[in-house]
Parts: sequence; C-alpha cells; structure tokens
Amino acid sequence: MNITAIIINVIVLVGLLLAFIKDRKKAIKSLKMAGKSFIKMLPMVFIIIIAIGLLLGFVPPGQISRFVGDQSGAGGVLLVGIVGAIMHIPALLSFPLAASILESGASVTAVAAFITTLTMIGMITLPLEIKILGKKMALLRNGISFVIAILIAFIMGMIL
Amino acid sequence: MKPEEKQIKQKKKMIRDWLFLGITIVVVIILLSIFPAKIDAVTSTAQEYFIEMMVILPAVMVIMGLFAVFISDETVVKHLGKNSGIKGIALSILIGTLPTGPLYIAFPMAATLLKKGARVSNIIVFLSAWACIKIPQEMVELQFLGGEFMFLRLILTVIFVILMGVIIERVIEWNDKKTSISKGV
Repeated sequence: MNITAIIINVIVLVGLLLAFIKDRKKAIKSLKMAGKSFIKMLPMVFIIIIAIGLLLGFVPPGQISRFVGDQSGAGGVLLVGIVGAIMHIPALLSFPLAASILESGASVTAVAAFITTLTMIGMITLPLEIKILGKKMALLRNGISFVIAILIAFIMGMIL
Repeated sequence: MKPEEKQIKQKKKMIRDWLFLGITIVVVIILLSIFPAKIDAVTSTAQEYFIEMMVILPAVMVIMGLFAVFISDETVVKHLGKNSGIKGIALSILIGTLPTGPLYIAFPMAATLLKKGARVSNIIVFLSAWACIKIPQEMVELQFLGGEFMFLRLILTVIFVILMGVIIERVIEWNDKKTSISKGV
C-alpha cells in the first residue's frame, strides 16, 4: 500500500467516524450507498483492468509512443483528445487507464488531454445538457472545454 | 423519471455491464491461449493495477456516499444562488468539487440556479468543476499519476475553467443583446 492510499483511507475513516458521531442513521445510509455504488462499478473496474493488462502485455511501448508519444506532435494529442471526449467511462476509471498509457510511452501532453476531455466533455450526456440548459450554453461549454483541455495538455507537457 | 423506471434502467445497465465483462473475459482467454507467452505480462500488470485500485476505491466510494447523504441538493442550490463576484466563483468551484454524483445530476441544478438569477459564469464554473475537479477524482489521480501531475492539472483547470465561465457569459450576453436589438425591443 503506498503512502497516498494510506493517507486517503485515514482521511475517509476520520470522516466516517465524524459522520457516525453526528448522525448514526445517516452514516449507515452513506455506507450502504457506498457499497451499492462499489458493486455497480465493479464490472467496469474489471473490464478496465483487463484492458490495461492487454494493452501493456500486447502492444509494444514503441507503438503507443509513435502515435501519442513525445515525437507524435499535435495531431496525436488532438486525436487522444477526441477519443477522450467521445469515450464514456467513469472518470474514476480513466486515471488507471491514463497511467497505463503513460507507462507504455504516451507523452504527458497526450495523457493530460485524454483525462481532461474525458472528464470535462460528455458526448453521451450532450443531448440531455442541450435539453436542460439550452443549445447555446451546452454547445459553448463543450466546445470551449475541448479547446481549453488541449491548451491545458500542452502547458502540462511543457512544464512536466 | 419515475423511481421504478429508474430502477429498471439501472438493472438493465448492470446486466449489460456484467455481460460486457463476460465477453471481455472470453476474448482474453482466447487471446491468451493463442499467445501463451503473453500470459505472464498480462496477468502481472492486471494484478498490479487491480491492487492499486482496490486500496483506494472503497474509500472513494465511502466519501461519495457520505457527501450524497449529508449534503442535499437544496443546500447546494441555496449557497450557489445568492453569491456573485469572486466569492461566487470560489463557491461554485468548491461546491462543484464535492463528491456527489455524475454530471447529469448537476444539469437540473444548474437550470434551477439560472432561473433564480445566478450568473452564467458561476454556473459554467460550477458545471465544469463538477465534471472534472471532483475530490474523489483528484484522489484517484493522485494515486495513479502522482502529485506533480495532479496538482499542475488541477491549478491549470481551475484557471481555465474560470476564464471559460467569463467568456461564455460575455458571448451569451452579447448574443442576447444582439437578438433583442434585431427584434426591435
């Protein structure tokens, strides 16, 4: 267990303890909810983990870095950004996936673009967003989000 | 959506996910029996990532459960509606980062806030923070991509999201003005 995981678990345990002190019933309800969402997420967790295993086991690092590595240029980053915008997986699971493509030779820029577009832009939820918030606002938010995601990615690539 | 309808929909999604997992497993077994040399690499990576997930995911789920139960939608709407300026933006970010549900839950809240007269910039910042700077996400990002990556992306995201809020507000105001002029109002 690494230090990050330990710290996070300790913080959550303290929070849980406080919740129990404040309101036992509500705390139990939160735990039940947590258990339910954990089970709901499990199949996706396994799918992502298997995908990562296959990705790192089968695809040689050279291949990945050729498309989205340091030398691949802006085209690769844009491509990854678009993939991130279209893909619909829980944001929490995008991080291990991102870590695995980073490990296999993708650039920081590409990985940052992937995560940022994946979390900020929702192609699947776009129709709902348009319905509730109006076409103008929804399209502007998703469109500008894509541009700033790419900007963030390039700045991160320059710094890290 | 009615509760029963929602339940049926969720059940369908569950079945679909498990089915998808089953197909994935079958594909993997076939692949690995064709390329037995890869078994070691695939299983050891999968195992490593599985452990890394399992030491953090339950905690993340608990914190999401706690916030969902202890902080209601009404509290969020109440606090976001009445503040503007820097305080409004800061609050939009803070409340957006709280570990509560997926983005589509935030849309109706945003619509309610807009109707109540909240500023467009605050709502955009709120929605974006909700989408991509949530505390559970930051935790998992820290675990898998490290502190440097996570903090830098967090800072950049906050800066750009605020900028985006201001830009979209300007565009929408300018657009509204234009249409009202052309209508002769």
